[in-house]
Amino acid sequence: MAVTAVSTAGARKPPPRLRKLEDERWLAAVLLAPTAVLLGLFIAYPFFEGVMLSLSSAKVGDPGQFVGLANFAKLWDDNIFWTSVWNTFWYTGVTTVFKLGLGLWLAMLLNRHFKGKAIVRAFILLPFIIPTVLSTFAWKWMFDPTFSVINWSLFKLGLIHMRINWLGDPSLAMDSIMVVNIWRGVPFFAISLLAGLQTISPELNEAAAIDGARPWARFWYVTWPLLLPVTMVVMLFSVIQTFADFQLVYVMTGGGPANATHLFATYAYQIGIVSGLLSQGAAVSLAMFPFLFVIVVVQLLYIRRVETR
Amino acid sequence: MIEGSLWRKWVFYYIPLLLFIVVLLFPFYWMIITSVRPDGELYRPWNSVNYQPFWTNKPTWEHFTYLFEETNFGRWMINTMFIAATSTLISLFCGVLAGYALARLNFPWAGSLGTLIFITYLVPQTLLFIPLAEIIRDFKLGDTPWSLILTYPTFLIPFCTWLMMGYFKAIPKELEECARIDGASRWKAMLFIIIPVALPGILSAGIIAFTLSWNEFIYALVFLSSPDEKTVAVGVTSELIRGDVFFWGSLMAGALLGSVPVAIVYSFFVEHYVSGLTGSVKG
Repeated sequence: MAVTAVSTAGARKPPPRLRKLEDERWLAAVLLAPTAVLLGLFIAYPFFEGVMLSLSSAKVGDPGQFVGLANFAKLWDDNIFWTSVWNTFWYTGVTTVFKLGLGLWLAMLLNRHFKGKAIVRAFILLPFIIPTVLSTFAWKWMFDPTFSVINWSLFKLGLIHMRINWLGDPSLAMDSIMVVNIWRGVPFFAISLLAGLQTISPELNEAAAIDGARPWARFWYVTWPLLLPVTMVVMLFSVIQTFADFQLVYVMTGGGPANATHLFATYAYQIGIVSGLLSQGAAVSLAMFPFLFVIVVVQLLYIRRVETR
Repeated sequence: MIEGSLWRKWVFYYIPLLLFIVVLLFPFYWMIITSVRPDGELYRPWNSVNYQPFWTNKPTWEHFTYLFEETNFGRWMINTMFIAATSTLISLFCGVLAGYALARLNFPWAGSLGTLIFITYLVPQTLLFIPLAEIIRDFKLGDTPWSLILTYPTFLIPFCTWLMMGYFKAIPKELEECARIDGASRWKAMLFIIIPVALPGILSAGIIAFTLSWNEFIYALVFLSSPDEKTVAVGVTSELIRGDVFFWGSLMAGALLGSVPVAIVYSFFVEHYVSGLTGSVKG
């Protein structure tokens, strides 16, 4: 303290406006102001607006009036809504398991020295980098009922005799979309988990090997527990993104066939933007909030437990 | 990890790795080959005799010329570039300042503000797009690039702030104290000492923010309507599909060209990208 007092006395005095910035609290307020304005205007305010909208009867071109929980009551009796709720959970659950499993496997494959490792790693991240909508079109074209290269390959391999209508068959469409989601997500898991693996000292594994642990036991008792904190954070991000996904379903099926593949977000878009029932669309996307909230809280609590252990 | 003979290495190591690479990259190969394939070959059913999917003997540029002559593709590229660059700059500016304040200054509520930023980091775009569309209309921003330039920071700033907090925290406190003893004001110490040291972090944040805003779809889909204002992703989806007819050749050509800027930025800064990605995960 004494040192700073002497030094500021010795230095040229800044103009009064800047002198205020010497106070940490003032400086912090100034530095945080732009962020606070933008986030307040475009997150906090829309959230409030969204709640108000969902409690009204607004449509495009009609401000509507306050109707209480009528929109939510309507959703409660809406079969398509419940299908999308179920779809969202199924979609998130299944893809997360696969992304974690395959991502971890790929990370283990990459976690050793070989020629061209840097290039392989760079190329592997491509599905994650390339704009999702654009790469999803490539998949849609690969899944095309009449021109499908996947059908051709399976046919040539003798695995099928008839064409498979990947996106037109309600029971298959969701699976096809999940394949694309997994394809896009595996690189993110792999690269993040690889970074986690690289922080684990190889000596630990060697020590366990000397003590006679088999590879599987070494993974389960040494690598996995040390990797758990990173894994949980990666899962947190992935689960939220997947739960709120829009682009994949929008491009692949648009929610069809016969509304079988809607998620929260695509159904909200369908009702709120395409049909113009703003209030009801807002209600659908707000219905996502309690689920997201619980998922986030549970995962954050778990992460804290893992990290303090 | 895997010891032993050569065949074991192949079975447990090389073959799985090769399979991963092939599956992860095949859609891009498919994109390229489709974009240069003439329509006659393109629309040949999969079970016809002369269907040869993996190669074409008559490559053509017709899909690319269609893209530039019959649609506003060039315009979409410029729009997307402008929107992504501007919103990235705004977010970096806000995120660096906020990250510095939250990581290095003592003030009441610092902890809870940090948590608040983390929570906004987790808010998905699809939660708020309908009320946001109303607000954009009320502000008279609808169908202009500013509707996106001002809303993209809502998911970019929390990310940049969070990443920068990590970088700022890693810089030793003494560095700043030295500058202050030499007579620098707090403001100057931040501007000329700390921020230059955090430059690699800023670069990482900027690259990821750029790819994220290039990738954004639902806001662009909802807020923009006239063909001239669209971004690549929205333009390709809405103008190259007419009812049930997909212009597959041009669609793939557009998807390919629309990915190029991101791929270039990425390829130049792979290391920064990866370190930013993993840094944001470590949090």
